Amino acid sequence: MQIPHEVTARPDTGLYNAKLGIWLFLASEVMLFGGLFSAYIFLRMGAEDGYWPHGLLNVPVGAGNTAILIASSVTVVLAWASLKMRKFSQYKLWMGISILCGALFLIVKLAYEWPQKFEHFGAFIKKDAIEHYEKYLGNHHLKEKGLPPRVEISGHLHEVEIAADPAEKEKLEVFLKQHDLEAKPDEHDAKLQIVCSEKKDKDGKREGIRPGVAEDLEKVPGVKLIAFELGLDPINAAPDNPESDKPHFLYKGPTETPGKIERKDVEFYSSFAPKHSSYFAVYFTITGLHGLHVLAGVLIMLYFWLPIEGGANMFKRNPEHLANRVEVVGLFWHFVDLVWIFVFPIFYLL
Amino acid sequence: MSTAALTHAPDDNAHDDHHHDPGFWQKWVFSTDHKMIGIQYGTTGLAFLMFGFMLMMVMRWQLAHPGEAVPYIGGLLQAIFGSSAFQPDAKGIPGVLTADGYNSFGAMHGTIMVFFGIVPVAFAAFGNFVVPLQIGAIDMTFPRINMASFWCFFISCIFMCVSFFVPGGAAKSGWTSYPPLSGIADSGALNHFFMNGQTLWVTGMVFNITASLLGSVNFIATIIQLRAPGMTWMRLPFFVWAQFVTAFLLLLAFPPLEAAGVMQLMDRAFGTSFFMPTGLIVNGAATHWSGGGSPILWQHLFWFLAHPEVYVLILPGIGMVAEIIACNTRKPLYGYKAMVGAIFVLGFLSFIVWAHHMYMTGMGAKVSGFFQVTTVMISVPSVILVTALMLSLWGGSIRFTMPMLFATAFLPMFGIGGLTGIPLAFNAVDLYLHDTYYVIGHFHYVVAPGTIFAIFAGVYHWYPKATGRMLNEFLGRLHFWGSLIFINGIFFPMFLQGMAGVHRRWFDGGVTYEQIIKPVIHWNNFMSVSAFLLGAAQIPFIINFCWSIWNGRKASDNPWDATTVEWDTPTPPPHGNFTKEITVHRGPYEYSVPGADKDFTPQTEAPKSDKAHLAAPLVAAPAH
Repeated sequence: MQIPHEVTARPDTGLYNAKLGIWLFLASEVMLFGGLFSAYIFLRMGAEDGYWPHGLLNVPVGAGNTAILIASSVTVVLAWASLKMRKFSQYKLWMGISILCGALFLIVKLAYEWPQKFEHFGAFIKKDAIEHYEKYLGNHHLKEKGLPPRVEISGHLHEVEIAADPAEKEKLEVFLKQHDLEAKPDEHDAKLQIVCSEKKDKDGKREGIRPGVAEDLEKVPGVKLIAFELGLDPINAAPDNPESDKPHFLYKGPTETPGKIERKDVEFYSSFAPKHSSYFAVYFTITGLHGLHVLAGVLIMLYFWLPIEGGANMFKRNPEHLANRVEVVGLFWHFVDLVWIFVFPIFYLL
Repeated sequence: MSTAALTHAPDDNAHDDHHHDPGFWQKWVFSTDHKMIGIQYGTTGLAFLMFGFMLMMVMRWQLAHPGEAVPYIGGLLQAIFGSSAFQPDAKGIPGVLTADGYNSFGAMHGTIMVFFGIVPVAFAAFGNFVVPLQIGAIDMTFPRINMASFWCFFISCIFMCVSFFVPGGAAKSGWTSYPPLSGIADSGALNHFFMNGQTLWVTGMVFNITASLLGSVNFIATIIQLRAPGMTWMRLPFFVWAQFVTAFLLLLAFPPLEAAGVMQLMDRAFGTSFFMPTGLIVNGAATHWSGGGSPILWQHLFWFLAHPEVYVLILPGIGMVAEIIACNTRKPLYGYKAMVGAIFVLGFLSFIVWAHHMYMTGMGAKVSGFFQVTTVMISVPSVILVTALMLSLWGGSIRFTMPMLFATAFLPMFGIGGLTGIPLAFNAVDLYLHDTYYVIGHFHYVVAPGTIFAIFAGVYHWYPKATGRMLNEFLGRLHFWGSLIFINGIFFPMFLQGMAGVHRRWFDGGVTYEQIIKPVIHWNNFMSVSAFLLGAAQIPFIINFCWSIWNGRKASDNPWDATTVEWDTPTPPPHGNFTKEITVHRGPYEYSVPGADKDFTPQTEAPKSDKAHLAAPLVAAPAH
């Protein structure tokens, strides 16, 4: 049984089935991402002053990824054109490049951009305590300039100070051992100062404690967090510096300038994970869903590139059918590219 | 595309299609045949309709007899659903529905009826089975995607069923799943981050939505690409138009809910606060969300789907009723073209009325005003459809066959449902009626004696084509009259209760507020008895449905003397559907044409006169 118009177009519609199918699918995808982008707009409009961060993402890296995706959109068209001209080796080359571009995009995302966020610490200060942290926040300076205030202190979490109930000491010790943390007792018996040493570089220098571990530490029975000590982000290290008023084009990581925040003054803290704020929630959801689309595109293109049935081997048997398949995945790939063209400015630039 | 299942195009040896008999699994379970998938969707959906109805019967017992154990089966229910849903009464008799259990059953009743009952049956089952046959196609355009759609749906069914048996029970935040309630429910340190009612609900919905996206792409592509030669757009049966518009609604309205579902999943499983507002205090303690989210955002995304969803529920029903009315009045549909136009206008307008569900959120007078206007506007195409169907009866020699009985009853029932909706469109009235039983009565009249009657009509109409046997007429009449009487017994008093102010979420039937609603509280008992009798009225249908598969009267290929193409196949249709080349020569409803030799002229019948060239297909679509 053969479904009509699988390869050749139906005369009155001018389309073969899969081409119509992919356009319909893309229409629904527009609505899917449209829903997410409208959530972005809704949340951003509703965010209180200071709760929508700027300049946390690395613009050159994002711009590079944008260029990679656009380039791959061009090469996928060239791959399709090569098939139409029945030039198989050219097809293999252009399709191969498209696949590599897609893979490179994912590697940058997964190996560099995303993991960095989970190491970064941020704490929102309670409204009544904001004055105490003026030296990190610089709100007087911002007010003079008519800029929205800052409410968050962020950076690299170096140490966590805790008070531990001696009766529950064993559970704490188990936790510390599990997470390879070093505990430095304070003078007072009841108080333990934990200095993290999760990772050490070659010189034995401590790299800090991951915010997620600090959250888990707080859940250990008998443990009470007292304060966070961190290497501040440039914006909090020199809050009055006019250079910090606007996000930098080149991303600058945390400095070594020390800062200390009392736990009691903190409204909410975490790494730059999805739960950190509306910004990261929508950032991870959209880039995550987009990443899944990129992954799907790469896998499908790989399927059409590999010498297998239904893939590149189809060239000998029915080159037109293979060209159609590449055209359809190409349309999908352009859409994925287009979504990123919206993602890049709204998260990296605006 | 020559005769069924015989050609083997040269360009497709990617998968071996030599026509060997498919094995058991391929034929009955992992089938790519649109008819089998339609039947799978239909049986699953009907089973869920039954299940959702049973949940409601338990709730109705609670409303009429608050605090009393469910008789006879209370112990069994408590054993199945656990102590979060049922508790023993003061005397230790098990089976009293708890408040949590009531909420859970209510939420799941709505979810199951809408997303797992009516849409799978009315849209997916009838669409899959009937649409390719009616347009003269051998199958759907993408048979494997079609199968993927059903299995995606099946996974979502498993999620929903499992959710009843996790600690805390199934989702209990209403079928609308409004946050922050749905964010808080079953969340926190004591609950598993994934195996809890609400998270399973959201995950199940994401699968369900994916299934309907796959289905709707397939439906649209099939209707556009696989129409038989001569099947021009204006020769499509109205049912195909209804499915076409419905598929577009699903295609474009469901994705925003999928986005919202993903966001709610993020909220629940990864602690984000898309929908959780700042400074939320629950039971006197601050919650663990960072805040900054917006519960109203969920409502917008939800109703952006869920209002078009209302039309997803009703349009296939209207389509089926149109087919059945034309066939049983033995005359063409009145105003076929106007109906096609109306259904498109309806489809378009349904995208811009969603916020009339949200008058109570305080969106502001301008926004409310806009949605009030569009909502009133959408009643125009709806009225065109119903009026055209009513006028189609005029002057017909009506055969009151089983499908026709249900189709005729559909008209006034849907009319009541539609007309009672108009007051709700108005902001000022809605503020009073919002969340009362009036609303429940209104939309149940649309979907229960509306769509579900249309579904029954469709089952009685196409059952002979699917199984080769007729359903029993006597049992059918028993089913019809019982259903018609008792369904009104349930839903009509709801208008009275609602106007008196009975709130839809009271789990005790309003006993707590008895002083306020005294004049109408006695209806609870009447409605509940009606519900149980309605349940009893379905027994003849179930018996009929199962018994007739093997024992019903044998059906001919065209038992109703209908004109549309699906009756031009062997009964039941084989794999590949048609045994001859299908060419369409005329419109869908050529009944009682003056001068014709019989009172119906099938669409495939070639014109006999010498004016043949005029009636020849306008567009001939060659096989390749």
